[in-house]
Amino acid sequence: MTTATDIDKKKPPAGFSERGAYQKLLAFASLIALLIGFSIASPNFMQTSNMIAILQATSVNGVLAVAVTLVIITGGIDLSVGTLMTFCAVIAGVVLTYMGMPMLLGVAAAIAAGALCGLCSGTFVAKMKIPPFIATLGMMLILKGLSLVISGTRPIYFNDTPGFDQISRGSLIGEVFPALPIPNGVLILFLVAIATSYILGRTVLGRYTFALGSNEEAVRLSGVNTDLWKMRIYALAGGICGIGGILIASRLNSAQPALGLGYELEAIAAVVIGGTSLSGGRGTILGTLIGALIMAVLTNGLRVLSVAQEWQTVVTGAIIILAVYADMARRKKSS
Amino acid sequence: MEKLVDMTGIDKHFPGVHALKSVQFNLLPGEVHALMGENGAGKSTLMKILSGIYQRDGGTLEVDGQIVSPTTPREAQDLGIGIIHQELSLMNDLTVAQNIFIGREPRKRFGRLDDAALNAQTAGIFASMNLNLDPRTQVGSLTIAKQQMIEIAKALSYRSKMLIMDEPTAALNDAEIAELFVIIRRLRAEGVGIVYISHKMDELKQIADRVTVMRDGEYVGTVSAADTPVSKIIAMMVGREVNEEPLDPPVLGDAALSLEVSGLNRGKDIRDVSFSVRKGEILGFAGLMGAGRTEVARAIFGADPKDSGEIRVHGKPVSIRSPKDAVRAGIGYLSEDRKHFGLATGMNVRDNIALASMDRFVGIGGVLHDGEISTTAKSYIQQLGIRTPSDAQEVRLLSGGNQQKVVIAKWLLRDCDILIFDEPTRGIDVGAKSEIYKLLEDLAAQGKTIIVISSELPEIMRLSHRIAVMCEGHLTGILPGGKGTTQEDIMHLATQRTAAMQVTGTAQ
Repeated sequence: MTTATDIDKKKPPAGFSERGAYQKLLAFASLIALLIGFSIASPNFMQTSNMIAILQATSVNGVLAVAVTLVIITGGIDLSVGTLMTFCAVIAGVVLTYMGMPMLLGVAAAIAAGALCGLCSGTFVAKMKIPPFIATLGMMLILKGLSLVISGTRPIYFNDTPGFDQISRGSLIGEVFPALPIPNGVLILFLVAIATSYILGRTVLGRYTFALGSNEEAVRLSGVNTDLWKMRIYALAGGICGIGGILIASRLNSAQPALGLGYELEAIAAVVIGGTSLSGGRGTILGTLIGALIMAVLTNGLRVLSVAQEWQTVVTGAIIILAVYADMARRKKSS
Repeated sequence: MEKLVDMTGIDKHFPGVHALKSVQFNLLPGEVHALMGENGAGKSTLMKILSGIYQRDGGTLEVDGQIVSPTTPREAQDLGIGIIHQELSLMNDLTVAQNIFIGREPRKRFGRLDDAALNAQTAGIFASMNLNLDPRTQVGSLTIAKQQMIEIAKALSYRSKMLIMDEPTAALNDAEIAELFVIIRRLRAEGVGIVYISHKMDELKQIADRVTVMRDGEYVGTVSAADTPVSKIIAMMVGREVNEEPLDPPVLGDAALSLEVSGLNRGKDIRDVSFSVRKGEILGFAGLMGAGRTEVARAIFGADPKDSGEIRVHGKPVSIRSPKDAVRAGIGYLSEDRKHFGLATGMNVRDNIALASMDRFVGIGGVLHDGEISTTAKSYIQQLGIRTPSDAQEVRLLSGGNQQKVVIAKWLLRDCDILIFDEPTRGIDVGAKSEIYKLLEDLAAQGKTIIVISSELPEIMRLSHRIAVMCEGHLTGILPGGKGTTQEDIMHLATQRTAAMQVTGTAQ
């Protein structure tokens, strides 16, 4: 732990930094402990197929969690990531199935729609000074409604777009290493995580993301156009949700307009378990990934052990409270 | 006459500070006893001991001839001591009566509230104050003066025999002050003792019977308000020795004007403030708490909107609507509250230094050149003597003086040649203070324009080539720096209600 007397450590830049090293370590240790525990409890758990199922289950939640991590580091919150994901999936459905456009255009449209919606949320928060909780709560409902309106409340199938389901379900890695059929969805999650981590650690946008969460007023008084940067961050998060929309649509080979509510809370839970502070200023993508994995391992492991689904939910809730409590206790000690 | 309160030999220590050194104070029934002193003289601490918020470390406190030691505000209330804080503590959405009886509402059986009794009792108190107000009025809809009356009514509802009023007129206009004084006089006639804390000389002359002056945590003396000239009270307030060599301000007669402010207005906080500063000059801003100095700085910097006023930088009018505009014009502002307004404390030294100049370090695709940031930061760390183990150290782990230097580095890197320092040495220890002073002098010598806002008169006199004094939003005068100006001269202007002196807005 960093204290006033122990100050000589060289620090890598934020992002994959050891800023939240303790929480990440704790989260990582919990993940390993869970994996070991479940393997002992059930021989079916440590199977390649089951591991791949866990990764597959992490991919969508992981991408959304990465998006919401950005917003949370600025000191905000985004409740609209779940329904935004669905909205983007529906947009992809409209472009591909209704309009018959090529696949790449559908993907681009979904990501663009996500970025645009993120920009809207960002405008509400930065320009209109609506608290992020309220602004994105409004956005969440608007997008849920719009998805249903646009799709006519019916799922849109991607049967006319051959190869669309391969975006998530295919396995480029498996083609090269047949022993390791990791689905593309997982590959995309990792690419998104690495790119976002790079943005957070190496670019102006990332530096301002941390600065805004650390002390927005000080940043404004340094002559930085804080409103504009905040809008950009929300837009980036929205674009990442667009990728999430593509992933879920591809996995289901359809855009399910009724889906989406509840995903935002799972994403936020993953972020929190991963040690990102809800008060902003600190957080890491690696932590978020571990958080998302813990959630997926828990759900999967409890299912393998035939624990009733309702109890799985109870356990997940308890884990979230424990994770935040550990973070709070640590911070109290260090301050 | 029996004393209501008699405090003798009161001592109070805080970590690192001897806040009260054997202070005495007494209060008679039916008098208004003013307590005066500069910021930090110990007035508030003394009154917090009387009202049970702090406990004394030594000395005796007698109320009605009995030695007491109230340990909570509630116990003090039971002794008949009511305090009205400068920051009103009312709940705006509740009614007047609900506010007055908060926590001890009259009840009917089964814990049901008795609103009729509540309103009747409140009406009774108002009648005794000769105040015409409906107990069911929502507090938020009242003027500040009326809210202050509510606070007084609340204190009286505890059957207080004495009231402590901490700068009650700070937020009031003349008519409201007159209204308040009527109430105070009525209470005095009924035998209530009133401790009146204020910075304003003319008010003391109007309302106070006796004046006790404190300075640097010590008791200076108690005098009659009517028979003592204002100049003597001021002399008692500032009477400390000036140890520093008097400053010899440089002659800057032909240096270019770098900042001109004229007709600056913002509500009640800033009223028609005009001044100008030359290249290489240090202009000090003196005044008591709440005089509007920080507000002027923030308005110039665009941190708060202004109602009117023109700002010229290097002779050219500039439109400043946000800090971004100010920074572009070359103005940097170093807030008195570094942690809230100056630093991103969770970030490291080099990012804080680069915070206002990130665009210089951006490459293709928004990628930052961290190596360059680090090199630049290191050169400032060396130049300003910032003591930090590395440029990647989190700033929250640095000392106050070094944090201040990080903020200075931020503005130097941004090429700001007009720097406004708000309380530059607050929270900085003595050794680091002189380092900061030296730094400011060097910056001025290099041709930067420096404005220093400070509540410490010695600091103002140590640094300023000229001294602007503010009181209640007005610029009451600009004095020359150096040995020609005394602390008394500054205090005179700082306690003046309206501009009596000719404001010499232009540079010497």
